[in-house]
Amino acid sequence: MAEAAVPARRTGGVAAPGLPSWSGTALRVVVSIAVTLFGLMALTFFIGRMLPLDPVTAILGDNATQEAIDAMRAQLGLDQPLWIQFGRYVGDILRLDLGTALTTGKPVLDDIARVFPATIELATVGIVIGTALGIPLGVMAAAYRDTPVDYFVRVFGLLGYSTPNFWLGLMGLVLFYATLGWVGGPGRIDTAFQWDVEPVTDLLLLDTAMAGQWEIFRNVLSHIILPASILAFGALAYISRMTRSFMLEQLSQEYVVAARVKGLSWMRTVWVHAFRNVAVQVVTVVALAYAFLLEGAVLTETVFAWPGFGRYLTNALLAGDMNAVVGCTLLIGIIFVALNLLTDLLYRLFDPRTR
Amino acid sequence: MSASTSLGSWLRAPIPASPFQARMQALWLGWRRLRSNPPALAGAILLLLLLATATFAPLIATHDILAQDLTVRLQKPSSTHWLGTDDLGRDIFSRVVYGSRITLYIAFLAALIAAPLGLIIGTTAGYLGGWADTILMRLVDIFLSFPSLILALAFVAALGPGIENAIIAISLAAWPPIARLARAETLTVRKSDYIAAVRMQGASRMRIIVHHVMPMCIPSVIVRITLNMAAIILTAAGLGFLGLGAQPPSPEWGAMLSTGRQFVMNAWWIAAIPGCAILLTSLAFNLFGDGLRDIMDPRHG
Repeated sequence: MAEAAVPARRTGGVAAPGLPSWSGTALRVVVSIAVTLFGLMALTFFIGRMLPLDPVTAILGDNATQEAIDAMRAQLGLDQPLWIQFGRYVGDILRLDLGTALTTGKPVLDDIARVFPATIELATVGIVIGTALGIPLGVMAAAYRDTPVDYFVRVFGLLGYSTPNFWLGLMGLVLFYATLGWVGGPGRIDTAFQWDVEPVTDLLLLDTAMAGQWEIFRNVLSHIILPASILAFGALAYISRMTRSFMLEQLSQEYVVAARVKGLSWMRTVWVHAFRNVAVQVVTVVALAYAFLLEGAVLTETVFAWPGFGRYLTNALLAGDMNAVVGCTLLIGIIFVALNLLTDLLYRLFDPRTR
Repeated sequence: MSASTSLGSWLRAPIPASPFQARMQALWLGWRRLRSNPPALAGAILLLLLLATATFAPLIATHDILAQDLTVRLQKPSSTHWLGTDDLGRDIFSRVVYGSRITLYIAFLAALIAAPLGLIIGTTAGYLGGWADTILMRLVDIFLSFPSLILALAFVAALGPGIENAIIAISLAAWPPIARLARAETLTVRKSDYIAAVRMQGASRMRIIVHHVMPMCIPSVIVRITLNMAAIILTAAGLGFLGLGAQPPSPEWGAMLSTGRQFVMNAWWIAAIPGCAILLTSLAFNLFGDGLRDIMDPRHG
């Protein structure tokens, strides 16, 4: 009976009383981000400090004396109560200090800044390929529903969902690099060219193009094309599947019939009328696919010896370097939250139906 | 002949006479829907084959999976070694066969941990509402802020490598979407008349959640976890590949791929074969999961 008295309250959708709706929304978003970031920090803190792998052993090894262990515990602040440790952890993060990586001896944030451009370049080329193929495939599958076109796209998508990308990378290297010689091998660039590029943005394609070094540009392209295509495969599966289902929803609407009755061609109806209505949804899907590419990059980079974020994280994992692992995890979490927020914002800005 | 006709009419009777008959009729209907959905049927058959392989692995395997013989290392597929041998001269076919046990063990155990955890948290949040809902769903959001592979990697890094830790890590990364799904399902039933009726009979909240809300969520959770199995298998293989999951000499497919990687330029089949096994298994779960969704939930059909 007590439950019946509880009003059926659902959060969301209502602005704080007394505030105009936009500032109410903004306030709610800010609070929600703050809570989420706090949660991210709590979770990474938990992973870094409370689980079995002891950071002191990781630094000193198994044979350290008790005094050395105590001294290191004090130095790391591990002798303090947990909530003080957590406070310090949060304080350090707010000062952009993620600690020192054991593997490189440098601040984790510097390391990440150094390796990140390689991953961004890889993921960006990947998302360009995935989007350029995924959207047309998804639209055509919906436009020709239950025909061979549709079956092909769906099977292709299923394969994209089911294939381990690190395995595909290995097989791609064997076939296209070792056997056919069509693409460059592991790494971002041939070692012969390694010192010829002036690092401006650290995005090698951009740097070489700006410097007019077209020979090196082609070399970089031959290195990036295979890992980027393999990453794109997964993104393509996701983008084409979502595009297809958005389009199917639109194509069942009456305005589509109306456009056809007026004499528009099927392709014009599909692309100009229906696709325009799903464009914003598709953009948000692409943004999410980009975030998932960063995840896929961890394994792909390992296979291709790509000196990026994923390989840095893998090396840290294998070395038990918790500062680097926690730093990377936190950063990926923040990027994920930011991309989600961006897609939300895109909806609000460009889709009048959400206002 | 007459027995099969009477069985058919018993299964097709418009009004079932007993709960048992009703259940059998539902199963029969599901089977007929599955039969008319070739991709789902293909997935189901693949999964059955996989289960049979795992169950009868000792009978199917042609060699001892741990027996090393350096005189026959890196052999191409032949009549003695159907899929060739690896760098230590072990028979790859037998290892892949035994590897199916490990993969299914990881996938089912991870699903058995993640599904109930997600179900309990999701239904509790959805039914209780208010603060419980806010806090639990905030927790879900935080877990969902990480890509599942990254989260699993971080947990494994902290827990240490190994197959059990990999299962824990994968489960910890897999429950939040299920909780969200279960909550959404709960919200659709919590205002129903039958819930109100049970409540008026004096059932406790706990009893309502467990006996009257959860059963309504189970079909969609099963569909979701079947689809998730594909991702779980890929994550487990990825962990094995990175050396953080099952450890050598275990014939786990990801770990086999990882050793095969060092010899891939000379002996590509060492890496190719376990990868195909991973792909087929993951594909089977995806096909079957998609079909199951169509069967159990005609709304999305």
